[in-house]
Amino acid sequence: MPNFVMSYLGSTVTPGEAGNQFWALVYVLIIFAGVSLAVVAMNWFERKALAHFQIRLGPMRVGPHGLLQPIADALKLMLKEDIIPAEADQFVFWVAPLIGLLAAFTVYIVIPFGPSQAVSDMNIGILFMLGVLSLGVLGIVVAGWASNSHYPLIGALRSSAQMVSYEVAMGLAVVSAVLMTSMKTGTGTLSMIGIVESQQQQGIWFIFKFFPLGFVAFVCFVIAMIAETNRAPFDMAEAESELTAGYHTEYSGLRWSLFMLAEYAAMIAVSSIAVTLWLGGWLRPFPNLLRAPAWDLIFSLFPSLTFGALAAIAVVGAMRMPAHSYFKVQRIGLAAFAALLGLIALFLLVIAIAGRSSDATVAARLCEGIDYVYWFVLKVSLFMYLFIWCRATWPRYRFDQLMRVGWKVLLPITLVVLILTAIVGVIVP
Amino acid sequence: MTDPLSLSPLHLDTPEKPYLDSNELIINMGPQHPATHGVLRVILKLDGEKVLGTECVIGYLHRGVEKIAENRTYAMFNPYVDRMDYVAAVSNGLGYCEAVEKLMNVEAPPRADYIRVILTELNRMASHQLWLGTHALDIGAMTPLFYTFRDREEILKIFEKYCGARLTTHAFRIGGCLYETYAGFEKDVQNFLTFVAPKIDEYEELLTTNRIWLERTKNVGVISGEDCIALGVTGPVLRASGVKWDLRKAQPYAAYSKFDFEIPTGENGDTYDRYLVRMEEMRQSLRIIEQAVNTIPEGPIMAKVPKVIKPPVGEIYHSIEAPKGELGYFIVSDGSTQPYRVRVRPPSFVNLQALDRMVRGLLVADVIAVIGTIDIVLGEVDR
Repeated sequence: MPNFVMSYLGSTVTPGEAGNQFWALVYVLIIFAGVSLAVVAMNWFERKALAHFQIRLGPMRVGPHGLLQPIADALKLMLKEDIIPAEADQFVFWVAPLIGLLAAFTVYIVIPFGPSQAVSDMNIGILFMLGVLSLGVLGIVVAGWASNSHYPLIGALRSSAQMVSYEVAMGLAVVSAVLMTSMKTGTGTLSMIGIVESQQQQGIWFIFKFFPLGFVAFVCFVIAMIAETNRAPFDMAEAESELTAGYHTEYSGLRWSLFMLAEYAAMIAVSSIAVTLWLGGWLRPFPNLLRAPAWDLIFSLFPSLTFGALAAIAVVGAMRMPAHSYFKVQRIGLAAFAALLGLIALFLLVIAIAGRSSDATVAARLCEGIDYVYWFVLKVSLFMYLFIWCRATWPRYRFDQLMRVGWKVLLPITLVVLILTAIVGVIVP
Repeated sequence: MTDPLSLSPLHLDTPEKPYLDSNELIINMGPQHPATHGVLRVILKLDGEKVLGTECVIGYLHRGVEKIAENRTYAMFNPYVDRMDYVAAVSNGLGYCEAVEKLMNVEAPPRADYIRVILTELNRMASHQLWLGTHALDIGAMTPLFYTFRDREEILKIFEKYCGARLTTHAFRIGGCLYETYAGFEKDVQNFLTFVAPKIDEYEELLTTNRIWLERTKNVGVISGEDCIALGVTGPVLRASGVKWDLRKAQPYAAYSKFDFEIPTGENGDTYDRYLVRMEEMRQSLRIIEQAVNTIPEGPIMAKVPKVIKPPVGEIYHSIEAPKGELGYFIVSDGSTQPYRVRVRPPSFVNLQALDRMVRGLLVADVIAVIGTIDIVLGEVDR
C-alpha cells in the first residue's frame, strides 16, 4: 500500500493520464473539499471586504471577526424548511440547482494547479471547460421556468440571453490565447497544462505577449467572465432592486445555497481559466529569468511567508480585542486560529527548506507541488478580489446596454484581436 | 404637449389562462419590493421587458392624517405632519407652522426664522442624501448609500442636540421655535459645513462621470417642462426639466429673501439632470446655511401667540419648497380650537403621477430608476 501511494508521487503527469484511478479519486476529493472551503472563505472575505469598502465592519459577532459566520449561515440554510411552491414543476424545480452545481464543479477536472496537479489533462481541456461551464446557464433557465413565477422567469430570460451572448466574446478571446500557444512550436494546444507550459517555453505570460494584443484579449475575457458568472455590474439575472432575487426568487434554504455554491464555484472556475490562459497558471514570477536554486528557495518561502503574515494579522487582531470579558472567548478563538495559521506556516517553511536543500524525492516533490498550487491560488484570489471590487464600485448595467456591450463592443474587439494575433504571429517569429 | 387626461388608465383584465402567457406580462411590483421605497405598488404591463403601461396602487400607508387634524387642536396636530414625509420632517413642520401663523396673522421673530432656515436646509441636505443613497442602490451602486448615511448622521446629531429627536423632530411651534439654540450650535453647524462639502464631491466622484451611471440615467425617464407643469410636478423634477421655479425665490417665506443662492436647473429633464440638480441643491443649501449661521440675529424666538390657538374664521393656502417639491397646506378655520379641514398638497403624491408618463416604452430596470429619481416617500403619498 505505501508503495502504491508513493508510486504516484514520482510521476510527472496527472493521475488521469497515468491511469492511476486511486490518485485521481484522491484529487477529486481534495478539489471538491478545497473548492467548497474556498467558497466558504470567499463568502466571508466578500462580506468583510465589501463592508470595508462601505465603511462598515461586516460580520463581527459569530466567531472572532465573524470567522464562523459562513458556517452559521450554512447551518441555518440547511435547517430551513424546504419549500417548493405549489404551482412549481416539482421535479425540474428540484433538479435545477443540481445542474448548476454539477456544471460548476465538473469544470475543476481539467483545471491545472500544477503540471501534474490536476485530475486529468485532456487535450481538449479549454474546450471542455467552456462547454461544461456554459451548461450552468441551463440550471438558471430551468430554475426560472420551473418556479412558474414572473420575476424568476424574467431573471432566467435575462440570464440566458446574457450568458449566450457573452460566451461568444469569451470564446474568441480564448481562441486568441490558444493561437499564441502555437507560436514557437508550430503546433498549438487546447490542453490547459499545455497552454501554461507553452507560456513557460516562450518565456512570457500571454497577457504581455504581442502587447497590447494579449492584454486586450485578457481584459475582454475578464469582462465577459464577470458577465458569464452573473456578477455585478452584470448581475441583472438576480438584480435585487429590480427582480427581487431574479431566477432564485422562489428558492430558499438548501436549494438556494446550492445556487450560491454554484455561483461562487463558477467564479473561481472562470478566474482559473483567466489565470491559466493569460497569467501563467501555476508559474511563479520569472521562472526562466530567475532560475538559480537560490531563487527557487526564495520563491518557495512565499507560501509560508503568506501564512505567517496571515497569522500575524490574526495575532494583532487578538491583541486588539477589547479587554471586556465578553470578548474573552473571541480572543482565545482568534489566538487559536493564529496558532493554526502559524503551524501551517511552520510546516510549509520546513517543507520548503527540506525540499529545496536536498534531493529527497518526497520532500522535493511536495515542495514543488505546494509552490505550484500556491502561485495558482494567489492569482485566482486576486481575481476574487476584483469581483468584489467591481461589485462595490459600479452600478448595474441595464439589460439592453449589457447586450450592446457584448455584441457591439466586446465581439468586434475580440475578433480584431484574434485576426491581429494571427497576423502578428505569422510575421514575428 | 400631451393632455394629462388623455393618459388612459391601464386596462387590467384578468388573464384567461392561469399559466404564464408569453404575449403580455402583467407584473405586480410591490407593495413588498426592495426598490419601491416603502409600500408603493406598481402594476406593470410588460412586453418582454418593455413597459407598456403602469398603474400605481397607493394607500398601503394611509393613516388619515388630514382627518386626524379635524379632531386635534392646532398645536396638537403639529407633530403629526412630521410623520408624512418622515425624511424631511422639519420642512413639514415649517410649512404647517407658517400656514397657521399666516391664518392667525402672526409673524415669527427674525431669529426664529433664521433657526427655521438653518434646520430646514439641513433637512433638505439629509433628504437629498437619503435620496441619493437609495437611488444609487436601486441602480445597483451599493456603496454611495453608506457614504450618504454616514454624513446624514451628522445632521441628525445636530437635530438631536437641538430638539431631542432625530427623525420626527417637531422642531417648530406655531409662532416661532420652542427651543433656543444650544450652546455651540453655530459651531456644530459650521463644522458640519466644512465636513460635508468635500463629501459631496466624493459622491460625485463615484457617480457623476461613471460610464454605467451615465448610461443608466441619461435619457431615461425624460419629461418636458410643459408636461411637468400640466401634471403639477414640482421640485427638483420640475427644475431638471428646465423650469426655474423654486418657492424659496418665487414666494420667499421664512428668511429666504435675505440669502443669496442659485436655483439649479437642468435641460433634458432626464434622470441624470435630476441627479445633477439635486447634487447642486445640496451645495446651495450649504451656502444658505453658511449665510444664515453667520448672520443669525439675536432676539426672541417666539412671537406673542395666545396659549389657546384660535385662528379667526377663514382659510389659507401656504406652500413651501420642501426637498421633494411644493408642500402646501390648505387650512380652513371655523374659529374654534380645531381646524375645520386641513388639506395637504404633498409633493411626492403629485410627482408620482408623472411615473407613467416617464416610463412608457422603457425597460423594467428603468422603472426602478425612475421611481428613485422622482424621490417619493410613501408616508407622504398616502398620508
